[in-house]
Amino acid sequence: MARVIVQQAPFDTAAELARLTGGRTDVGGIGLFLGVVRDTAGGRPITAMTLEHYPGMTERALSAIAAEAETRWPLLGCTLIHRVGRLVPGEAIVLVATASAHRAAALDSCAFLIDWLKTKAPFWKREEFRDGGAAWVAARAEDDAAAARWLAPRRAAAE
Amino acid sequence: MKILYFAWLREKAGTAEEEVVPPAGVQTVRDLIAWLATRSPGHAAAFADLGSVRCAVNQDFAGLETPLAPGDEVAFFPPVTGG
Repeated sequence: MARVIVQQAPFDTAAELARLTGGRTDVGGIGLFLGVVRDTAGGRPITAMTLEHYPGMTERALSAIAAEAETRWPLLGCTLIHRVGRLVPGEAIVLVATASAHRAAALDSCAFLIDWLKTKAPFWKREEFRDGGAAWVAARAEDDAAAARWLAPRRAAAE
Repeated sequence: MKILYFAWLREKAGTAEEEVVPPAGVQTVRDLIAWLATRSPGHAAAFADLGSVRCAVNQDFAGLETPLAPGDEVAFFPPVTGG
């Protein structure tokens, strides 16, 4: 059962990693992705970013994505934390952490989770530019392509 | 029926949430959009480009042909950009 949280407050990465393994000794590796607010968007400096979400559906979508990861890889733990509200460059925005007995499952499931989160979880970013103005971020084709590579993970095994 | 708007659809529609009673002919998401777009110039602007509008019915992603029932929660938003 994954730990899924949407919150405004900062999270404590070290505390989350400690909680993920919780003293168990069968974990051989942890995959970690920490998303951070970058100070430019398309080469244009930004001063802040505001994350909006759909309370209820967002948590459900994250839980469904985590459940999918748990069916694909032998995970011993999974944590998804996504922040909302106004964040400034340098702040952590999303934490994805997966624990497994071996590194391949931990790393692959972590990559899968952030790729699917970016295209399947209802969050929307609005960037404030240093030279004034603000704009909603448009979805990127690269993110769709990154998510699509996980669509048929078992094909090799089935052949 | 409860309608929710997020991100720029909320800004264009001028509301985050509204309770509506669509006419009897409204049976799908596509029908609902066509009817909502007549409610105000802001609503019309929000739905001007359906290629950049996504939808959820009762908090599950839905398509334009998804059937609707009274009491449904229908949300409209742009393609997601989290992470």
